[in-house]
Amino acid sequence: MEIKFNGQWREFPDDSTVIEVLDAVGASRQGVAVAVNGEVVRRGDWAAAVVPKGANFDVLTAVQGG
Amino acid sequence: MDDLIIGSHKYSSRLIIGTGGAANLEVLERALVASGTELTTVALRRADAEGGSGVLELLRRLDIQLLPNTAGCRTAAEAVLTAQLAREALDTDLVKLEVHADDRTLLPDPIETLEAAERLVADGFTVFAYTNDDPVLALRLEEAGCAAVMPLGAPIGTGLGIRNPHNIELIVARASVPVVLDAGIGTASDATLAMELGCAAVLLSTAVTRAADPERMAAAMRAAVEAGYLARGAGRVPQRFWAHASSPPR
Repeated sequence: MEIKFNGQWREFPDDSTVIEVLDAVGASRQGVAVAVNGEVVRRGDWAAAVVPKGANFDVLTAVQGG
Repeated sequence: MDDLIIGSHKYSSRLIIGTGGAANLEVLERALVASGTELTTVALRRADAEGGSGVLELLRRLDIQLLPNTAGCRTAAEAVLTAQLAREALDTDLVKLEVHADDRTLLPDPIETLEAAERLVADGFTVFAYTNDDPVLALRLEEAGCAAVMPLGAPIGTGLGIRNPHNIELIVARASVPVVLDAGIGTASDATLAMELGCAAVLLSTAVTRAADPERMAAAMRAAVEAGYLARGAGRVPQRFWAHASSPPR
């Protein structure tokens, strides 16, 4: 299935969970937050949360900023 | 100096530093150490965005607390989502609420800011609200439950100093939460003035990170904030029109 990962369409196995998506792209699990379709997915739910086909999946972290 | 208390957090430094604008992490580290700050702002961006690596590690190594901001947000809804993501990523209840009206001025949007503040307070955040130097709005933000109100001295990054000192004094006179002067600081005397006006702390980034010598300017800001705090506590003499001899008359 296709997911829009950080703004770019990418292919993932059907019914991937949040953790499986993070692992598939090699994203860190520390110091990051995940939003699926504009809603926060709490860290404790990552293993169980299945990402819907076509979802906007964003991984965010801290950068330098005022 | 007495401790600065914001919400349930306590700091011995009254200088809060923004990390934006530093040429690299080495420069930033030297400036942060020289500033003596215990709290610094960070922004939240996509994890693959440039500049995403290293700053977290640096701040943790220096044992500096994180104050994630919502810079770049235009609406209350965006700011609330960004704050929730920051809490999830960084494991902190602190948020510097910023909702900008436009890119040209980066002025805070008062209506969206107030709405976001109400929602974030209800969601358990310790909200530092970036605001215009409007005494009425500052009070409304305090009433909404913000832990600190942060009026601007001048627009972000301008270095114009405190354009309306009287408004800052009005805010300080009525606020019961700490007032943190945020934005517009250009040089050390601006930071001193903020503290002399009664602000509890100063938040700045550009003045240090884009100075020719960030480390030295950070040290200057540290001394400036301390000087202003001491002077405010000491009580300045009244300003007079005519001379008043300090030596005894003949």
